[in-house]
Amino acid sequence: MVRPLGFLVGLGFIAALVMAILTTPLGNEPNASKAFHKEPRKLALASDGIAPHWDIAQLQRGMQVYKEVCSACHSLKLVAFRDIQAFGYTEGQVKSFAKGFQVPSINPDTGEPATRDGLSSDYFPSPYANDVAAAAANGNAIPPDLSLITKAREGGKNYIYSLLTGYQNPPANMPKELHPGPGLHFNPYFPNLNLAMAQPLQNDQVTYADGTKATVDQMASDVTAFLVWTAEPKLVKRVQVGWAVLLYLLGFTALTFLSYRTIWANKEH
Amino acid sequence: MSFPWANQYQPKHPVMKWVDDRLPLPRFVYNAVGAGYPVPRNLNYFWNFGVLAGAALAIQIVTGIVLAMHYAANAGVAFNSVEHIMRDVNAGWFIRYAHMNGASMFFIVVYLHIFRGLYYGSYKAPREMVWLLGVVIFLLMMATAFMGYVLPWGQMSFWGAQVITGFFSAIPGVGEPMRQWLLGGFAPDNAALNRFFSLHYLLPFVILGVVILHIWALHIPGSSNPTGIEVKDEQDTVPFHPYYTAKDGVGLGVFLMIFAVLTFFTPNLLGHADNYIQANPLSTPAHIVPEWYFWPFYAILRAFTFNFLWIDAKLWGVIAMFAAIALLFFLPWLDGSPVKSSTYRPLNKIFFWILLFDIGLLGVCGMMPAEQPWVIFSQIGAIYYFAHFLIILPIISRIERPLPMPGSITEAVLAKHADKSSATA
Ligand code: HEC
Ligand code: HEM
Repeated sequence: MVRPLGFLVGLGFIAALVMAILTTPLGNEPNASKAFHKEPRKLALASDGIAPHWDIAQLQRGMQVYKEVCSACHSLKLVAFRDIQAFGYTEGQVKSFAKGFQVPSINPDTGEPATRDGLSSDYFPSPYANDVAAAAANGNAIPPDLSLITKAREGGKNYIYSLLTGYQNPPANMPKELHPGPGLHFNPYFPNLNLAMAQPLQNDQVTYADGTKATVDQMASDVTAFLVWTAEPKLVKRVQVGWAVLLYLLGFTALTFLSYRTIWANKEH
Repeated sequence: MSFPWANQYQPKHPVMKWVDDRLPLPRFVYNAVGAGYPVPRNLNYFWNFGVLAGAALAIQIVTGIVLAMHYAANAGVAFNSVEHIMRDVNAGWFIRYAHMNGASMFFIVVYLHIFRGLYYGSYKAPREMVWLLGVVIFLLMMATAFMGYVLPWGQMSFWGAQVITGFFSAIPGVGEPMRQWLLGGFAPDNAALNRFFSLHYLLPFVILGVVILHIWALHIPGSSNPTGIEVKDEQDTVPFHPYYTAKDGVGLGVFLMIFAVLTFFTPNLLGHADNYIQANPLSTPAHIVPEWYFWPFYAILRAFTFNFLWIDAKLWGVIAMFAAIALLFFLPWLDGSPVKSSTYRPLNKIFFWILLFDIGLLGVCGMMPAEQPWVIFSQIGAIYYFAHFLIILPIISRIERPLPMPGSITEAVLAKHADKSSATA
């Protein structure tokens, strides 16, 4: 019973699929924007690979870029000011750094919404009161929170770095309908080619305390390194623990293999 | 039931004897996974994957319970509670990445376990019930993993739930009301998230229960083996402990090493970047894809693009996707060959490898966007999938001439060793 019935069911599915093949066009709809899209360029960081470490000086510079440039539009809601003690700052330094930000609060006398100076336990705030305000200020696009951005985009850190350094004039041969509309800016690394963020970095936009020259490339690398840290502050520890675990498991496996050989020594199998 | 020569439990310690006389649990364990279970002496490493699937289930339950202590199943805070686990909970990043990659490791070993069964004919008499319970476990795992993936409430969580529950709306008439009833709303939201969490916590324990039945059913005839010849006498078997506890230990070590490499060195390799963006019902991701272990079935779903026989293409896809798994329930009766192992089935062996390639191809199609040539590849792949189980297998099991087989397990083992020693001499 099962076999004849199965045979018929099988024929039914196959007929439906054969009809599907015959009625599906073999070509794809042309996608003109694909030709102008670029794959991200590679950015090498100290936190890469199998022996990663944090480049503290670079993270400090990256945070400076974030604070002086990006924080005008982007929040970092998952990172607390106290977390930056990881960059070698003292408690006092963190306190005064936090003071430089205004966080939402309530006026204790009137109950009206107000702001106050940041505390170490606060999180990097959003520059806008809410998403509506953010969209209104940015031509209807909401600047995304950057805490997880290097994990939240295909291409990760390479993509963020390429995006920040990739602004350019649209190629001459690009069809008109692909050119940026009002309030949009061409960037071949962005999936839609045109985005609402204008080129945020210009040469010498920040003055680094350690004397590093603030080229666009340098600032883009630094802020990307910082955003790799914000996305996963436990990254270096994770890999270090991984090596210890792997070494232990290697020993475990070797020992079990030897006992397996001993136990089966006189048993053909 | 067991073989008459099975070792009998002899309590070594008076306390164990006291317990065993009142509740024979020690005896039960001894007979199930100890020296009291005689196993064919010729099992290869493919027989490790059952034990490894059990280990994977244990890892999911332990890491899952710890996650549940810190996770908040509320659409407003779920995403941030997972990031709280990653950042603030002691070793939370480890627990979360272990659970995430543990799900993938679970599916890897279960797929290998299933392919082992297909190649060596483990689904055949007298082990049909073991196979049927296995398919039930597979279905429960898929449901559990689907609901677990919704919990972090990222973009893929939300849109995956939207797409999968959308299958129901393909059913004429009752489909849409059923979907709303399942979700507790018009789209995935707080009600859906809460019930998914509740069920995601429940189902692994249901799986555990079915696993116990699966092993119980296995112990009635005992394990099969690579020759597919049933055990005839004592020299065909060795006690499970210490022989196979040692061999499974080696497998467990290798399994844990691969698991550790994934978890510690490249924890997001098998994930999707979009799930690090909080769920947003107003913004559809460019390309919605399920987790890798669903790709072959997703490809079958999307392969049906024609309203054949007045049935909507979407409904065809949904029926075919469920049929692709459901037909496994009938496999013991679709394959009529009395020979189990493909070692002695020259035709079945060829088609087994074609099937494996086909499932791999369907997997790639499921990952790719619905563009050519992937659409036609998925259509051809789906044709072969159904043809393999429903047409080819029943036919070859009739016309195939099996190769000559050894008289017993021991004879096969000794012949292999004679070959080896004459080759080295
Ligand atoms: C003047 C406001 C403004 C500033 C300053 C700014 N951005 Fe943006 N950013 C935006 C807006 C608006 C978007 C949304 C663009 C869109 O979706 O079209 C955006 C989007 C992004 C994206 C996401 C792109 C994607 O793939 O979706 C990244 C990454 C980003 N910004 C990084 C930065 C960094 C790093 C800085 C500091 C160097 C910065 N931005 C400074 C307004 C700003
Ligand atoms: C059959 C075994 C199980 C499978 C296959 C499974 C699978 C999954 C998957 C795929 C995820 C999403 C991972 C992510 O993207 O972060 C997940 C999340 C989760 N699971 Fe499980 N799971 C299992 C058992 C359990 C158990 C037993 C519990 C609790 C008792 C549990 C609790 C959770 C919680 C709280 C989350 C959300 C947290 C997070 O996303 O990291 N799981 N599960």
